Amino acid sequence: MMHFGRWKLISILAVILFGVMYTVPNLVPEAQRYTVNAQGEREAISIWQYIPSRTINLGLDLQGGSHIVFEVDMDEVREQQLENLAADVRQTLGEGRRLHRSVAVVGDEVVALMVRTEDRDEAMERLQDLVQPVELAGGGVSLEQNLQLEAPEGEPNAVRLSITQAQFNSIRVRTVQQSIEVIRRRLDGMGTVDPTVARQGDSRVLVQVPGADDPQAIIDVVGAQATMSFHMVAENIDPGPSGQARVPPGVTVYPVADPEAGSPLFVAVESRARLTGDNLTQAYVTTHPSYVGPVVGFRLDTQGSIIFGELTRENRGRSFAIILDDEVITYPRINDPIMSGSGVIGGGYTYETASELVILLNAGALPATLTPVEQRVVSGSLGQDQIESGKMAVMIGFALVIIFMLAMYGIFGVFSTVALLVNVILILGALSGLGMTLTLPGIAGIILTIGMAVDANVLIYERIREEGRRPKIKPIQAVQKGYEMALAAILDANITTFIAAAVLYMLGAGPVRGFAVTLGVGILTSVFTAFVVSRLLAVLWLRGFKPTKLPL
Amino acid sequence: MSLALAKFLPVSANVPFLRWRFIALAISGLFIVFSMIEFATVGINFGIDFRGGIQTEVIASEETSIEDLRTLANSLDRGEARVQGAGTDEDGRTSYLISLPLQEGEGMEGEQAQNDASRQLRTALTETFPNIELRGTTVIGGAVSGELVVAGFTAIGVALLLMLIYIWFRFEWQYSLGAIVALTHDVIATVGMFSVTQMTFDLATVAAILTIVGYSMNDTVVVYDRIRENLRKYKVKPLDEVLNLSINDTLSRTILTSATTLVALLSLYLIGGEALKGFSFAMIWGVLIGTFSSIFVASPILMFTKVNRSSDDEIETVKF
Repeated sequence: MMHFGRWKLISILAVILFGVMYTVPNLVPEAQRYTVNAQGEREAISIWQYIPSRTINLGLDLQGGSHIVFEVDMDEVREQQLENLAADVRQTLGEGRRLHRSVAVVGDEVVALMVRTEDRDEAMERLQDLVQPVELAGGGVSLEQNLQLEAPEGEPNAVRLSITQAQFNSIRVRTVQQSIEVIRRRLDGMGTVDPTVARQGDSRVLVQVPGADDPQAIIDVVGAQATMSFHMVAENIDPGPSGQARVPPGVTVYPVADPEAGSPLFVAVESRARLTGDNLTQAYVTTHPSYVGPVVGFRLDTQGSIIFGELTRENRGRSFAIILDDEVITYPRINDPIMSGSGVIGGGYTYETASELVILLNAGALPATLTPVEQRVVSGSLGQDQIESGKMAVMIGFALVIIFMLAMYGIFGVFSTVALLVNVILILGALSGLGMTLTLPGIAGIILTIGMAVDANVLIYERIREEGRRPKIKPIQAVQKGYEMALAAILDANITTFIAAAVLYMLGAGPVRGFAVTLGVGILTSVFTAFVVSRLLAVLWLRGFKPTKLPL
Repeated sequence: MSLALAKFLPVSANVPFLRWRFIALAISGLFIVFSMIEFATVGINFGIDFRGGIQTEVIASEETSIEDLRTLANSLDRGEARVQGAGTDEDGRTSYLISLPLQEGEGMEGEQAQNDASRQLRTALTETFPNIELRGTTVIGGAVSGELVVAGFTAIGVALLLMLIYIWFRFEWQYSLGAIVALTHDVIATVGMFSVTQMTFDLATVAAILTIVGYSMNDTVVVYDRIRENLRKYKVKPLDEVLNLSINDTLSRTILTSATTLVALLSLYLIGGEALKGFSFAMIWGVLIGTFSSIFVASPILMFTKVNRSSDDEIETVKF
């Protein structure tokens, strides 16, 4: 207990050295550590090339920024999937001899009713073709099947189809994954610095943008569906002044986005899309002689160019409409065939709105609707204030605890002060080295650790005091006994607190996690510093001064 | 460095804690009953994390009064707005918290309404008061706030359970029972305190309660550890004397640790800024109540449950 071998000593010093190496970069501004050389590369100045460059990640509550959680609307996706399934069923049963009277989505099922009861067996056979193993999001297939087919006994002419949970889970994972990719492209297009986009829970996406203190700008871009399609304007159909007029099947009425004064508010178009946003290869902001101000230019892929060329050649004189998120953004008249596969969308854009549309078109459409369900936004100045007051509280708390320990325990107070200093260095080093994020509650965790780290020292010193009262005990024996006897209590006490921190980390939501991190790390480092660092100092002191009486 | 004030603390005091156990338990009982009544009648002032809604922190110029902000926020027709002062920043300017209630609507419609209300509030503020500084906005929808409540209470429950299993494993079931009663006591008393003061109860408060639980457990374990040791040492001493001796043996440590933790927390409370006030206040209360419960609740329970003292395993010493 009171003997430190050479290797033990070396490893203690190594741990402390690591702590220091990972802590110092946080104390020196980047400009004093790195320069940019002639080739534009970052170069470490002198000693800094031997020291890790990583610094502590500050949470958005400290550096300022937007933290937004979006919910992917899986109900909508489920409805869409059922509609698609119904269409497939119609096609399957309609091939050759038509078997069904009707196919409809009823609740969570697709119900197909046969014209004749005897046809049900054949229908079941044909529909078996739709049943396939579930494709897993990560590639490969599952043992489970995508659909469940049922021929209920009570309804002799009905077949019921439902999408299995396994299939739906696979769809959900893919939908969320695609959403994340689209969001990343959009945020890159916006020029945000270091955004984080990550899945949260089953069907949520977390977006963190440091430095952005206007959440609406992000929500507008990230949350826009950006489903784009090209339709022919329906001929000779008046959608009416409020878009309520009855229209024949196959025709849909859409409102016009930003209509000009005197022009119609609604346009009736053919429901069938001739081209979709998927055919788009590139969009860009440009100008065009026919329009005032910026316009959005676009280029179509090869297949899209061919379709668009035929469309414009066959429908000269008619109009086509470009629809974005259920609004008509433009519906020009076709004067000449467009064979180049490129065109412009113009009218009424500012540079900002045109750029936004370009970002959306280039990033592609979201596979489902995203709605913000949680927003936490902190401005840079508030973040700075919180850093300042947090720093101040740490320093003052630290100073008060040191004064207290020095006053109470004299030379042993010095040992615990050194241990406490090492403790803070190790906490900061661990946060920095392991790439953990420091939040405002995290700072609270550090302060609390400082207060509680002393507990281990107090337990030991009080025990030493107690043992020192025994008759004929030497100081070194009292110290040894004190450390030995206090160990069990210290371990039990810290393990229980560590349990609290671990639970907080696993179950806690965002801001609280930061607190659990520093508290948990702090418990580990404080046991180490109290038991190893302060003991080492006490042993060195006892050996060096050989006191005959303990000053406690 | 010959100064060491700890010298003046008695190594083992002789305070008859156990003799006061009935008075102490009565006080605790009153605390609990009062907390529960308070909780049932007045209720808790839940923060935005648990209530849902919209909250924006602003710094307005001096000519803008709290009334101006309230009038504007209420004119949006988004439910009853609350405006409160939220301390001053570095330059001495006052900041205000403007809150709107959770917007109504089924599922995603409600979430959309939340976002619309937040947008409306931010736009109205910047248009009406050109010099206003928007410092932060929090929007919590119905789904998320519900989940946070569940997660918060689950966290407290799971932590309690794991600690109890640990204590059971390390000690005996009687100790485990004593600890659960003491910890539940602390949690209820803290919730009661939040009901009395009507301080905002949010995610940070849940973190504070968990830390209080950890701290109180820490205190209790230290006393228990000594009780176990003394029970092995004094095989024939009456139980109440052993319990009392153990509390007294660890008394100086209890006082010193509470004092240092309180010192650190006080600095957090006084200068840690507005965001951590509720947290540090809860923690200060928790340190006091946790210390009290370790001495007056956790230990006397061992009296009542007749802790098993026949075990004759060796005193544990852990070697390095």
